[in-house]
Amino acid sequence: MALLEVDNLSVTLATARGPARAVRGVSFALERGETLGIVGESGCGKSLTALALMGLLPENARATGRVVLDGIDLAGLNEDALCRIRGNRVGMIFQEPMTSLNPLHPVGRQIGEALATHRGLGGAALRAETLELLGKVGIPEPERRIRSYPHELSGGQRQRVMIAMALSCRPEILIADEPTTALDVTVQKQILDLIRDLVRELGMALILISHDLGVIAENVGRIAVMYGGTIVEAAPTAALFADLAHPYAQGLFAAVPRVGWRRDSNARLATIPGVVPDLPDLPNGCTFAERCTLANDACRAAAPMPIEVGPNHSASCIRTDAARLSRKSA
Amino acid sequence: MQGDTFLARGLRNRSFVAGGLLTLALVAVALLSLAWTPHDPLRISIPTRFAPPSATHWLGTDQFGRDVLSYIMVGAQTSLTVGIVSVVIGMTFGVTLGLCASAARGAVEEAIMRAADFIFAFPAILLAIMLVATLGPGAVNAIVAIGIFSIPEFARLTRGAANAIWVREFILAARAAGKGDARITIEHVLPNIASVIIVQVTIRFALAILAEAALSYLGIGSQPPTPSWGRMLAEAQTRIFQNAWLAVFPGIAIALSVLGLNLLGDGLRDITDPRLARKR
Repeated sequence: MALLEVDNLSVTLATARGPARAVRGVSFALERGETLGIVGESGCGKSLTALALMGLLPENARATGRVVLDGIDLAGLNEDALCRIRGNRVGMIFQEPMTSLNPLHPVGRQIGEALATHRGLGGAALRAETLELLGKVGIPEPERRIRSYPHELSGGQRQRVMIAMALSCRPEILIADEPTTALDVTVQKQILDLIRDLVRELGMALILISHDLGVIAENVGRIAVMYGGTIVEAAPTAALFADLAHPYAQGLFAAVPRVGWRRDSNARLATIPGVVPDLPDLPNGCTFAERCTLANDACRAAAPMPIEVGPNHSASCIRTDAARLSRKSA
Repeated sequence: MQGDTFLARGLRNRSFVAGGLLTLALVAVALLSLAWTPHDPLRISIPTRFAPPSATHWLGTDQFGRDVLSYIMVGAQTSLTVGIVSVVIGMTFGVTLGLCASAARGAVEEAIMRAADFIFAFPAILLAIMLVATLGPGAVNAIVAIGIFSIPEFARLTRGAANAIWVREFILAARAAGKGDARITIEHVLPNIASVIIVQVTIRFALAILAEAALSYLGIGSQPPTPSWGRMLAEAQTRIFQNAWLAVFPGIAIALSVLGLNLLGDGLRDITDPRLARKR
């Protein structure tokens, strides 16, 4: 049995313009120690998926479907039981290290709170464990930094503190929601390396969420591409890069600027035409049909089901043959 | 931002310094009156009644020949007691209700806030009169009435400020770390709204002093012979053209106390709000 099984997860947001189906029928499984990357543009439902896993959805959101952690259906748990899982068995890192720490408490205390909550540590043991965690996430001079307030730390250091908080109870799953988006590129690399090393060292499963393909590709074993609230293509990293089957995934990969890009000639960065569809009035058929060069009437008529296009490799598109053909000829 | 720099910023803020000094003076007078007053404030001396201010009686004497200065000094105790007790009542219940409303959301929040609106719909002084009429006049009942009617003010303010904190990212991070609503409220929400509440305390304190004066002026606050600035005004009213000092001095005492507390509140708000502090 997989450590985490997500089955037909949907999230509906109540908006002024009616219900918006922000996440629709997302299913995936995560084994112990496995790393999964979820990639997609803004508003594709990747962050809501992560929050739904933690039971931390905003008030105007309703989730349906099953999230099973190690045999426990999280939907059936009350708030107290969820609190014992959050931070203890599933840790989470957020996008904004600048605002994710309470400005009024020293960082050492904030890390220690999780330890005290879930592991009942106190006094000298608590301090020792906090210092060890700070050292583990690469904060220099932990003895001094344990008393620092968040505003005295740089963005990268704050994100390291957030990681220390998330790791404090040795969770089985670490969810990192855009952990480096707010950071400089050089710091971004350090943080990602840190996350990857810690995941390996502690044998955690990782769900890494990002809009940045480069971030995802280097750090996970398996990738799920999300568009319009659904997973449109999922495959092991190498297989996905070797054989992109979904037109949206192809477009996303083509739109990544590369070092050595020639600025002369008329070469321009590839883009995907159009905009993300409005959630309250999604089309009946494939959500990507309006922006897809290969779309036909069948695409607009019914939502495509995931099909196997390779070993462990699925894509939700009825025109994968044409899509793969056009990619080879290009 | 807190600690030593807080005091440094406070000393640069004129409202804070002036308000702080006036408030300190009020407290000092009240404390001093416990140990020493120029004369016995309650000693009646008919031969020297209505004496104008002089070397013996600095602020004159009233219709019973009591020393006005001594009487005002002891009256400061009444004002401070009313302020402290009623603000503690209002703050304890109001902040608790506000925090509960903000943490629980939904039907509980609606119920608490609509109940607060209901009390707001009546003029406070009218409600105080109603309560005192039911419970009977007296200082204690006046204090309770004033305290009860500052509960909705605190509840509404707390709930608004707390709601703004609840949507911050560090609250989400704390929830992701497995903390329950109660712990988040105490560890994260309350410390972040403390400055707003402290400012409100100084303002409510001033209003409580005014309310006590108003209730005593109407004769339903503290009862004679307990000194009260409001009742001094009421008794002096009929003789204001013959013995003006009887009305002027308690009036000045009320005005200075309220002014001091309001300035202190303004100053505190400026110091604790970095956006305002930069502008001045």
